[in-house]
Amino acid sequence: MNSSQLAVKTTDLTRRFKKFIAVDRVNIAVAHGEIFGFLGANGAGKTTMIRMLCGLLKPSAGQATVAGFDVYRQSEKIKQNIGYMSQKFSLYDDLTISENIEFYGGIYGLSKELLQKRKHDLLQQVGLSAFADKLTHDIPVGFKQRLALGCALLHDPPILFLDEPTSGVDPRARRAFWNLIYHTSELGKTIFVTTHFMDEAEYCHRLSIMRDGKVIALDSPGNLKKQYQKESMQEVFVEIVAGGQGLMISGHY
Amino acid sequence: MIRSPNRIFAISRKEFLHIIHDPRSLLIIFVMPIAQLVMFGYALNMEIQNIDLAVIDYSKTEYSRRLVQEFEGNNFFRPYYYEGKYSEIEQLFLKREARVILIIEKDFDKNYQLTGSVAVQILIDAADPNAGTMMKYYCNFVINNFNERYGGKVLLPFNVQPRIWYNPDLKSSYFFVPGLVALILVMISALLTSITITREKEMGTMEQILVSPVKPREIIIGKVLPYILMAFLDGFLILLIGVVLFNVPFEGSYLLLIFLSTLYITTALSLGLMISTIVSTQQVAMMVALASTLLPTVMLSGFIFPIKSMPVILQYISYVVPAKYYLIIIRGIMLKGNTLAQLATQMLFLLLMTAILLRNALVRFKTNLEK
Repeated sequence: MNSSQLAVKTTDLTRRFKKFIAVDRVNIAVAHGEIFGFLGANGAGKTTMIRMLCGLLKPSAGQATVAGFDVYRQSEKIKQNIGYMSQKFSLYDDLTISENIEFYGGIYGLSKELLQKRKHDLLQQVGLSAFADKLTHDIPVGFKQRLALGCALLHDPPILFLDEPTSGVDPRARRAFWNLIYHTSELGKTIFVTTHFMDEAEYCHRLSIMRDGKVIALDSPGNLKKQYQKESMQEVFVEIVAGGQGLMISGHY
Repeated sequence: MIRSPNRIFAISRKEFLHIIHDPRSLLIIFVMPIAQLVMFGYALNMEIQNIDLAVIDYSKTEYSRRLVQEFEGNNFFRPYYYEGKYSEIEQLFLKREARVILIIEKDFDKNYQLTGSVAVQILIDAADPNAGTMMKYYCNFVINNFNERYGGKVLLPFNVQPRIWYNPDLKSSYFFVPGLVALILVMISALLTSITITREKEMGTMEQILVSPVKPREIIIGKVLPYILMAFLDGFLILLIGVVLFNVPFEGSYLLLIFLSTLYITTALSLGLMISTIVSTQQVAMMVALASTLLPTVMLSGFIFPIKSMPVILQYISYVVPAKYYLIIIRGIMLKGNTLAQLATQMLFLLLMTAILLRNALVRFKTNLEK
């Protein structure tokens, strides 16, 4: 496949912070419609990877294309084609739900009519139609998370980047959120997600496991379990990352 | 993908909503300037009146009584005769029973008529040096009047007839109202701008905006526009109250003032932007902004204290305080009716500062985003 048929492709992508190498010659190819997971401990380089692909950070070396556009030269084109949601949810607590949606629609240049329609749909989908004029501060975290996802999708981007989207959310809301991700994926969107929850890793179509800035394993969860002869992704992860000796605390790494 | 040029509008609108949703910021923007204006206009009066004056009259003659009457004849002084011992006169200062002591020598009357030249001793409590200077000035004024009235024998080489221009009644409000405009404009522009940008950095929302197609300059313009508007509104409000309530004159051109105020606001905004690229939390932004706007504007711009009477090193520092130039501009336009040509130097200084600050701020803003 050439790069225009891929949602994301990187060749030896590298990022250095002074002497520290956060991402070290990473090669990945993500097909359209895939849910692609990045698994790794804190500091493994997942966030740096996502930030480079979103145009928030310039790579130090290597090549990368997103939606067929080059990250060095065509970052404006890339920005039109991606949605991004970070673990901070990035909503304004002092604005109402409706005002938040209008702001994010506004900075993507949506027309008034389109924005009103998308806002209506989003509020209905998230179950917040009755609370559109409530301050975002006053709604539960689970709702905030789904609202933030909705805001990232307002401009209907083909590729979605999620940076640890479920941290700080209870397990039930996490499951509800993943249902939403599946739903989004069925619409043909590519989803790029980082996580450190092992149960979430199982939901991905393919996984890349990172350690010290390098991708040290890349396959589907099923194949990885087969290859390492383990029952769960958690055991696979321990085997790969810590050589079987690492201590895991309740699947949270 | 539908595109519209309204991304700047979306950011400005959100910024307005922040202000409207937060009553405290509204309070800071609109109530504080008015409170300050009333405070400066009514309470802070630089003129000194009803100074207690103790008189020790060893002469006790007609002439010496006339001199004391001369001191009584205006509302600067409240003279009274001190009957205690000369050796204990310091007690008058220590107990705050007098701030000026007038000592008239025994031969005052005789010498005055014979030679026309006598010395009276005046002691001034200068614990407050500004007041001390004023009291000395008032004493000279009274004694000059006395000499003019009774010292007909002496021919002065020349006669000083001062006329006070631009503020004939020497009203403090003429001085403070323009000064307050300078202060409020720089505070709103620099302080609020730096806080609003660092807040987005702190909350992570800046990142969310940056992954959108919005360009850095659109973010900056969108974010500062509401504050420019607020600053203008505030400036207008202060001037209106100043002119209506305190009768501050407006001699010059409104257009010129609006034009040069825009320049000054831009200088302050650039400063705020610069601050926001250096610090990363709201609290630090507030501290740095206060230290670089409020204090220098009050202390070093000529707002209250004349620059010429500062220590040399502070005079040099005052060159980088934007309010120094704007004060000359706004006082010049309001009180003297200055024209653009007369204010060209000040305008050039502000332009230069703006160019340097804005360039550095924009470069830093862009590179910081890529870290």
